Amino acid sequence: MLQEESDLALIIAQIVQKLKGSNLYAQLERQAWASLQRPEIKLESLKEDIKEFFKISGWEKKLQNAVYSELSVFPLPSHPAAPPEHLKEPLVYMRKAQGSWEKRILKSLNSMCTELSIPLARKRPVGEQKELLNKWNEMGTDEPDLSLFRPVYAPKDFLEVLINLRNPNYENGDSHSFRTHLGLIQVPLKVKDIPELKEFFVELGLTAGQLGIDDSTQVPPELFENEHVRIGQKVLSEQDSAAAQQYIRQGSPTALRAELWALILNISSQPEDILYYEQLKTNVIQHDLLVDSLIYKDVKLTASNDDYYFVFEDYLYQVLLCFSRDTSVLGHFAYNSASPPKSYIRGKLGLEEYAVFYPPNGVIPFHGFSMYVAPLCFLYHEPSKLYQIFREMYVRFFFRLHSISSHPSGIVSLCLLFETLLQTYLPQLFYHLREIGAQPLRISFKWMVRAFSGYLATDQLLLLWDRILGYNSLEILAGMKASKPKDIFTWKWTAYDKNKQTKTENWKQSEYRPYGNG
Amino acid sequence: MSRVSVPCHVKGTVALQVGDVRTSQGRPGVLVIDVTFPSVAPFEHTSTHTPAKWVTCLRDYCLMPDPHSEEGAQEYVSLFKHQMLCDMGKVLELRLILRQPSPLWLSFTVEELQIYKQGPKDLGIWFQVSPTLPASGQYAFALQSPSMTFPKWLSHPVPCEQPAPLLEGLPDPSRVSSEVQQMWALTEMIRASHTSTRIGRFDVDGCYDLNLLSYT
Repeated sequence: MLQEESDLALIIAQIVQKLKGSNLYAQLERQAWASLQRPEIKLESLKEDIKEFFKISGWEKKLQNAVYSELSVFPLPSHPAAPPEHLKEPLVYMRKAQGSWEKRILKSLNSMCTELSIPLARKRPVGEQKELLNKWNEMGTDEPDLSLFRPVYAPKDFLEVLINLRNPNYENGDSHSFRTHLGLIQVPLKVKDIPELKEFFVELGLTAGQLGIDDSTQVPPELFENEHVRIGQKVLSEQDSAAAQQYIRQGSPTALRAELWALILNISSQPEDILYYEQLKTNVIQHDLLVDSLIYKDVKLTASNDDYYFVFEDYLYQVLLCFSRDTSVLGHFAYNSASPPKSYIRGKLGLEEYAVFYPPNGVIPFHGFSMYVAPLCFLYHEPSKLYQIFREMYVRFFFRLHSISSHPSGIVSLCLLFETLLQTYLPQLFYHLREIGAQPLRISFKWMVRAFSGYLATDQLLLLWDRILGYNSLEILAGMKASKPKDIFTWKWTAYDKNKQTKTENWKQSEYRPYGNG
Repeated sequence: MSRVSVPCHVKGTVALQVGDVRTSQGRPGVLVIDVTFPSVAPFEHTSTHTPAKWVTCLRDYCLMPDPHSEEGAQEYVSLFKHQMLCDMGKVLELRLILRQPSPLWLSFTVEELQIYKQGPKDLGIWFQVSPTLPASGQYAFALQSPSMTFPKWLSHPVPCEQPAPLLEGLPDPSRVSSEVQQMWALTEMIRASHTSTRIGRFDVDGCYDLNLLSYT
């Protein structure tokens, strides 16, 4: 059909334009030029011969991975009449809510600045720069006085905003009717129901093997594990992103995980990437930001207190401080409902040529932010690679967990999905909790905002994040929340309800297959 | 490639409802929007011409997949000539009939309705499902048939040419494949093999002294 052809042409044109500015394009050009010296490249069939050369040498695969990455991350070209904010978030009331929430955060940060008389940003004196450079690898030993700093917001503050989210055109009556949602989220977003979830997560069904379950000591490795590892090694040798993404839906062997994630996220440590990271490090040395103190405080409060992650404290500073200075992160705001905060150079208020973003990457960290990085430290030990992986994970997934949007992987949809699933699986429990005023979402919200980091053992967490990468969706978190609480909530049910006959739900569900019981 | 916007006048929406609008409890589930074209000559009654009549050109076109949820609630939609059931050559007036069966919404409509002349793309009708109101559209475009001076802009046959990109400024996709071939021939197209990972500067001339954040 005419329309589909032109849509495809538009997508191709957009991807080509994006890739043209990339390092890969320059490399392909160089390779094509260099290949002209090869005897098998003939002038009369130049185009086909170069294509063949690219295929054999693996460059076509690299290009394929780059295209796949673009398709996975960036939304499809929007309607020509749609304004840019429509791509960020199509629903106006959600845009407004996000705007108000951002304003609150900015006000809070500003008041912290004025109260503590600390500037948002300043250039470090030379002596201080030298000192920081010397202890770059052991910033954790520093014990600055952070008692006056407080996190800009915590997940529970954000939850209150989401609870109060309303569509002004929706029937938001006070009286309970079939229209009101039983949970805390009151916006009518479309979430997948059980049959749709089963179809979407088909690889997690009972008939397919899973790492994390079918590789336990009781199960003989010949049944699943050995073959799965062998396939994993093959996928890595082929260097195919799409195949890796499909493969990892059943979990990744520990030994292969770091490479698989890098392949799926299309991260390869080129010299340019290391150079870029070093430049970010220089930026950290030169300028001191207020958000640095927020990061310090957050790491000290969360990761340093965690049994699994305290050893990585220094890595966390090295990643997060650089992350704040990385202007390439600004690109993701094209499809994020959030917008980067703005400021003006001192004394130049209102002059557009002196307008800057603050922090340079536009992301203000909240309480628990460092926990997004911590699990990755188990996989990557080289700082620039660790940094690249984290940055890619953030601009693909984590940003959705703390911004208000109608996206199916956005936090609002995940909350609604969780509540819907819990109502379906444990309706009596759900009802009971509502009656006693303990809405389940209040308990599980913080797990989800952190993508379960810090709430699950690391090996289990990494298996969960395998699925996030595999399905390119955060919906597994809602399913995870709905199945994991079965143990917690069942306990609570018995604890709160001593008089009634308690019925424990009898369904056999493993933690990783919430939809497994047919 | 250029689209030419056709000036149109969108009349106010008319709700279709049984009974008295003021006293009945329910909200209307059907809306009608009439669109007239001021540039089209008024219809003349003469005995030699076929009288104007309404023709359905699109039937039951779904805008929102699930009428009770937000999916597609504020999307931009395009409709093209090839989707129409009848010849759009001689249109005097358009009527959009919208249906929203779900009682959950307070109101619904379409906004930013625009009609475009046929360029290399055929006649397009673009509109946004209203920003405040979701709609589930089942559209019957009703047409009035020929007057003597039928508008030429709708009557051009659709040439089957290469689809052009919808946005200006993007490279023509057919050029993409030929570029590898041209690369060696057009030596002046060699760019410096610089990497694009420009180290992004966030400061202004080395200065990044900030006092407070600004917001409107």
